Amino acid sequence: MDTYSFLRQFADSWMLLLMTVLFLGVVAYAFRPGSRKLQDEAANSIFRNDQRPAGPAEESSRNIKEA
Amino acid sequence: MVEKRPDDSQRCGADRAKTKGRKMWDYVKLVVLGAVAVFAAIGAQYAHDLAYMVNAIVVMLAAAITFVVVLRGMYEPVSVDPNTYNDGVVRAGAIATAFWGVVGFLVGVIIAFQLAFPALNIPGVDGILNFGRLRPLHTSAVIFAFGGNGLIMSAFYVVQRTSAARLWGGNLGWFVFWGWQLMIVLAATSYVLGGTQSKEYAETVWYIDWWIVVVWLAFLAVFLGTLINRKEPHIYVANWFYLSFIVTVAMLHVVNNLAVPVSLFSSKSVSAFGGVQDAMTQWWYGHNAVGFFLTAGFLGMMYYFVPKQAERPVYSYKLSIIHFWALIFLYIWAGPHHLHYTALPEWAATLGMVFSIMLWMPSWGGMINGLMTLSGAWDKLRTDPIIRMMVVSIGFYGMSTFEGPMMSIKAVNSLSHYTDWTIGHVHSGALGWNGMITFGALYFLTPRLWNRDGLYSLRLVSWHFWLATIGIVLYAASMWVTGIMEGLMWREVDANGFLVNAFADTVSAKFPMYVVRGLGGVMFLTGALIMCYNLWMTVRAQPAKAVSPAAVPAE
Repeated sequence: MDTYSFLRQFADSWMLLLMTVLFLGVVAYAFRPGSRKLQDEAANSIFRNDQRPAGPAEESSRNIKEA
Repeated sequence: MVEKRPDDSQRCGADRAKTKGRKMWDYVKLVVLGAVAVFAAIGAQYAHDLAYMVNAIVVMLAAAITFVVVLRGMYEPVSVDPNTYNDGVVRAGAIATAFWGVVGFLVGVIIAFQLAFPALNIPGVDGILNFGRLRPLHTSAVIFAFGGNGLIMSAFYVVQRTSAARLWGGNLGWFVFWGWQLMIVLAATSYVLGGTQSKEYAETVWYIDWWIVVVWLAFLAVFLGTLINRKEPHIYVANWFYLSFIVTVAMLHVVNNLAVPVSLFSSKSVSAFGGVQDAMTQWWYGHNAVGFFLTAGFLGMMYYFVPKQAERPVYSYKLSIIHFWALIFLYIWAGPHHLHYTALPEWAATLGMVFSIMLWMPSWGGMINGLMTLSGAWDKLRTDPIIRMMVVSIGFYGMSTFEGPMMSIKAVNSLSHYTDWTIGHVHSGALGWNGMITFGALYFLTPRLWNRDGLYSLRLVSWHFWLATIGIVLYAASMWVTGIMEGLMWREVDANGFLVNAFADTVSAKFPMYVVRGLGGVMFLTGALIMCYNLWMTVRAQPAKAVSPAAVPAE
């Protein structure tokens, strides 16, 4: 089989399957139990550290909210 | 310069040791810059064409100026407070964004009127100011100069805030800024003098392409370095979009510009691909430049600035993750829809069409996510013209991502392709979505970057908003009318199967719509000028923010 035909057949079979499964896996991972707390935390992370970087000692969740 | 802070004294010993290394590094820079200047001078001497010669002279001057700057800075004491953000480069980027925006819109207005009134193609200047030369100048100025500066500037701002870390790489951020401006000047001078490789949105000739790679990799390094240094556990979703934009554009740019120069002293090169492969590579690049430069990058802006301006977190973080991955997985396959009914194999065209239609879903998911961020705060639309601007921008994102998939359907494309409908579609996306979200970001950033107590005038923001919005509506509406008219005229046949209209008939029929389109452009440009005045006065005349933090940001 020539390269073109091989690559085409591979692309619309195994590669397509791999990509689809990968994508569905990513979506499923976003819905995993316990993700909501982390996601809310991330969504709110833009409201801190507006003026200066976090110091070496402080960690994100303990930062003062500056919003 | 930077204020001395108490903890500076502790670092003095380490600084002295560092000074020596820094000096060595400065010598290396001087040697490289000197060599570049000399080589550019030789290039200007042996240049095969005018575009190359002028570019070589520009490079020589840029290298010489940088040489002097480095030399003069060698004995200046450097003290950078690592506990501050590097906002100097963001400020420069904001100025450049506004400046190139006005330049790009102005050239757009000029070429719009050149199409309506061909006499404006001034004779006697060897074609330099003809539509054909100015058109790539316009597209590159708005996409890469205005949009590019807006993206680099906002990426630097957002990645620092969301990582709670100072921009990585010291002066590398400044290298990215000035390198990008040099690229813009080189491209602009090259285009008007006839330098082009005839690939739409990738017209820059081979040596500018190489320079873009260097600057872009530095951009990637600065962005990644800051992310790696982050103090936040999670990488905020805006950064995902920015990172995908940087990485994908690097890949697209390199592959599409694979070419062999005909000489070291010529701007001409020969593409590594030929025929339909070349066309497909070009539109794989072209469509993903839209997908990753004009969509993913600007979505990064949306996911940061809209929640910040609305003062509430994004509507659904889960949806933003799904939006991201769906966009990434689908966009890359949509390019073939630019090549319907060409030598491209049928299956590839169909693939492009199907993926374009599927792309509608993540696009609208993102639009809903952006708009619903305002749920519970819709009253801000009435009181805050900046939020209004951002919301209209998201609205145009939704509109053009509906229109695009529709136009990618083969039956629709057979009517719309090669007509002004395409141009109208591009501009509702570019002016509406990219333009308006960037204006919103500039209005958001300017008071913060210069530590001012709010904008100079919200009334002027409203003026800008309405001028821009009505301008876009005029633009898009006139292009729909002329595009569909043109498409119908081209396919009109008489009872014997002969074509009814000559090409010139469509051109003269389009005249009124071309004037309306030009007026829309004038309104959009006027709005941008009002914005520049407003931002200028914000920096100049607004009082400093009352409750200022402990220290003024460094630099």
